[in-house]
Amino acid sequence: MPTVSVGRDRLFQALGRTYTKEEFEDLCFKFGIELDDMTTEKAIIRKEKHLEEEEPPEDEEVIYKIEVPANRYDLLCLEGLVQALRIFNGLDSIPTYNVASISKESMSKMHVKAEVCIAETKRRTLVAIGTHDLDTIEALLNIINSILMYCAELVESAISLTKNFRADELMEFYKSDMKLKKFLHIIENSPVFPVIYDRNRTVLSLPPIINGAHSAISLKTKNVFLECTATDLTKANIVLNTMVTMFSVYCERKFEVEPVEVIYSDGKSYISPDLSLYQMVVPLSYITSAVGVSLPAHEVACLLNKMQLYAKHSVSEKNETSFTIYVPPTRSDILHPCDVAEDVAIAYGYNEIPKAKLPSLKPQSLNQFSDLIRAEIAMVGYTEVLTWILCSYKENFTMLNRKDDKSTAAINGNPRSADFEVVRTSLMPGILKTVGHNKDHPKPIKIFEVGDVVLLDETKDVGASNHRHLGALYCGATSGFEVLDNFDIPDPCSIVEVNIENFL
Amino acid sequence: MAEEAVLGFLEKNEEIPDSGKFAEEKGISHDEIVNIIKSLNGFRLVDAQDIKRERWVLTQEGDLYAKYGSPEVQLFLAVPPEGITREELQKTFMSRLPDDIEEKLKSSIYKIGSTQAIKNKWIEMGKSQVSRKVQHVDDRVKDLLIQIQNGEVVGAEDIDALRRRKLINSQIWKGYSVKKGPQYAPKRKKAATDLTRENLQRGDWKEIEFKEYNFLAKGQPTEGGCLHPLLKVRRQIQMIFLQMGFEEMPTNNFVESSFWNFDALFQPQQHPARDSHDTFFLKEPSSTRMLPEDYVERVKRVHESGGYGSRGYGYEWKREEANKNLLRTHTTAVSSRMLYALAQGPFTPKRYYSIDRVFRNEAVDRTHLAEFHQIEGLICDRGLTLGHLIGVLHDFFSRLGMSKLKFKPAYNPYTEPSMEIFSYHEGLQKWVEVGNSGMFRPEMLLPMGLPEDVQVIAWGLSLERPTMILYGVDNIRDLFGHKVDLSLIKRNPICRLGL
Repeated sequence: MPTVSVGRDRLFQALGRTYTKEEFEDLCFKFGIELDDMTTEKAIIRKEKHLEEEEPPEDEEVIYKIEVPANRYDLLCLEGLVQALRIFNGLDSIPTYNVASISKESMSKMHVKAEVCIAETKRRTLVAIGTHDLDTIEALLNIINSILMYCAELVESAISLTKNFRADELMEFYKSDMKLKKFLHIIENSPVFPVIYDRNRTVLSLPPIINGAHSAISLKTKNVFLECTATDLTKANIVLNTMVTMFSVYCERKFEVEPVEVIYSDGKSYISPDLSLYQMVVPLSYITSAVGVSLPAHEVACLLNKMQLYAKHSVSEKNETSFTIYVPPTRSDILHPCDVAEDVAIAYGYNEIPKAKLPSLKPQSLNQFSDLIRAEIAMVGYTEVLTWILCSYKENFTMLNRKDDKSTAAINGNPRSADFEVVRTSLMPGILKTVGHNKDHPKPIKIFEVGDVVLLDETKDVGASNHRHLGALYCGATSGFEVLDNFDIPDPCSIVEVNIENFL
Repeated sequence: MAEEAVLGFLEKNEEIPDSGKFAEEKGISHDEIVNIIKSLNGFRLVDAQDIKRERWVLTQEGDLYAKYGSPEVQLFLAVPPEGITREELQKTFMSRLPDDIEEKLKSSIYKIGSTQAIKNKWIEMGKSQVSRKVQHVDDRVKDLLIQIQNGEVVGAEDIDALRRRKLINSQIWKGYSVKKGPQYAPKRKKAATDLTRENLQRGDWKEIEFKEYNFLAKGQPTEGGCLHPLLKVRRQIQMIFLQMGFEEMPTNNFVESSFWNFDALFQPQQHPARDSHDTFFLKEPSSTRMLPEDYVERVKRVHESGGYGSRGYGYEWKREEANKNLLRTHTTAVSSRMLYALAQGPFTPKRYYSIDRVFRNEAVDRTHLAEFHQIEGLICDRGLTLGHLIGVLHDFFSRLGMSKLKFKPAYNPYTEPSMEIFSYHEGLQKWVEVGNSGMFRPEMLLPMGLPEDVQVIAWGLSLERPTMILYGVDNIRDLFGHKVDLSLIKRNPICRLGL
């Protein structure tokens, strides 16, 4: 995600109040941006120069690094960020950008000769921006797709040396510049380079490499000329619009921009920039059904205002309310009514939207847990057995050397035989009987069972309850501790029995 | 034998006052007696008290003198009444010394003897001649040494003298006085540590005394297999999805085309995520063989000029770009295939999920890998709202133990609205991001052919992150990959998420 660095104090001043770190983070969270890092101007410079990080003194200007969504080009500078937040907080109203009304004849003209071709990769490769001091330029600008590599034409150096360079010499020269050399590859291998000249063939810029010193902006600049060179016209216009609107905050006639006529070599021309508002019709029902909150029209309009989207609502004959949204040139991210719906949701507050439940099912934790345990015990090499829940008195008590105090077991009233007398109170009888019937099985015998036993329980409505037990047995020639003559087991065994409900 | 002696004696007598004397009486080595006493004491059959005695023992040199007589006396005896030359004396003296003494030692004994004899004023040693000064001498030293050997008491002055000549050493003798112990029995019963088949067969299990069971002992380490921690968590999350009514998507295809991975999702072709910085593009197979052509047409149009209510991106959409094969960067590529397939027939609401591997060309560090598992869930139905998404997220995450959630506006090329999901971590005392979610854009759904009133809400998170938080692992490579410690896998407990 792209980040924009802004001075904290300048930011707060522009926002009209100071914020604590938590308050500001809160505001960012609601709006959809993030305070990524805090540093100081000097620390950045130190880092660039790879100098030692010292403890910054208190009076160094604090810089906030704010992460903004990748589709919000308008938030990439202090002006845009401040404007968006001020409008979000209800401090300002949505600005209207105007193109100054000048007759076509008196407009500055810019000729584009032939096509520009630049290799397609990122960083300055889609769009290159140039800012110039207008007063240094003699209008009737030319972009000449010129300077064939081996042509003798000379290009005035774009830095303040007075030497003249040929195009290929210029590329070589720039290779030694730390900042510029990473952009050379974009046009290096191209047979033609784009160059922007004014009427006197003064070089204004060599996009995407560098802008000319002749027209560089200084503190004395009163009028600014902005140009964008790109491989994608849509992108160029978006970027130009963003630049132009941000600069226009400082204009004498606030938000007013002087247009330029751009003329192509095939005769086509158009007026730039195009600051017209894009209109979108969005039904109220679309918005409320996307967000999931029923809102009246005026509230929706109010919310949209906070997001820099002016909404005019109207009612159709069928009594359906819809909005005409006027999307400003700064909001190129608004492509479809769903973008409008999102802005309504953001302004309303994502965390204010009530959650709507959808049907879903809950597990039986005890059963799920039992299955997890069964898998673990099996993985250690124990074989699972599944034994009868009904057994005889003898098996449940006497043979285990346990006394029947008549307060533990559930008794069967009409057992067909002794085998069904009692509901087991322990997993032991079943497990031991299994071993007894597997005397010839190779040793050691390792078996387990996870199952329910029943104990009398006065707290239950019926007077008895199930308990989930895990029982495991190890029977070998030389190990174990239970003596189980009763079950006809010739080898010693050790047994463990646990109530696993306690683990939940 | 020693045990019988000790226990037998104690049967009729109160006490063995001195183990040393007892050993001597019984003709058994004291060491053996001591070992038995210690063992019996351990089992509390006897009660033994330490006895310590300091006594003197002869050094090797002392032993020599006790046997053969002290060197000074021997020397004296080697000097005849008429006197003798020094050389003669030395020769005679040394020849009289027992053969089993080394030559070197013999000459040092000569030196000791002569020094001592002179000191005692027994002889006079001139330059060449040696003569007696007295007529007769007693070998007091030898006598003392023999006395000490016999254990007789010797005066402190003499002890001192002998000690200084390094003829005796002090030795601490340890012995015991022994009485009957609380568990005394005339014959020791051996506690069995185990029950054997033979015990059962012989029937002697009825009489055997068993050693007490130590329930705190760790026991033998078990042999067996175990499952991987990440996949245990995966299983639990699968169970959660199934209980919430979600159907699993088939995700067994790592190689995907840019079309399904990006274009169908309305992700523009110049988007930075489609860069080789973030995505692994395949050299082989580099291009996808087949795409549904009519659908491709619609996708191309919606990117270029919009439609379906959208402005579109306004750029030139290139088929070659869409054809590029890659290792899928998200399982949302599978979701788009599933939704397209759903749209080809009459519409039925669906809930889908998947948990599988995705690939990102990212720098590897403590928390990031080039490959990881993405968990994805989506619901496709009429009338879904953002409120439903929030509700589903609350349900899903509460089953993972995260019930305090907060949502933040975010941006994904294919969802609008988009929300980042934050959960409050009690342990870390702060809000942490746990996932990403949103409603799929109409520019994605409508070209597929899904009805206009159908919405799709979806969310995703990684499998690794919650697993690391759950098990307190702070470096992902300790959990996943080949640089994992096997014992970490073995001791990882049951995963109880979702129970």
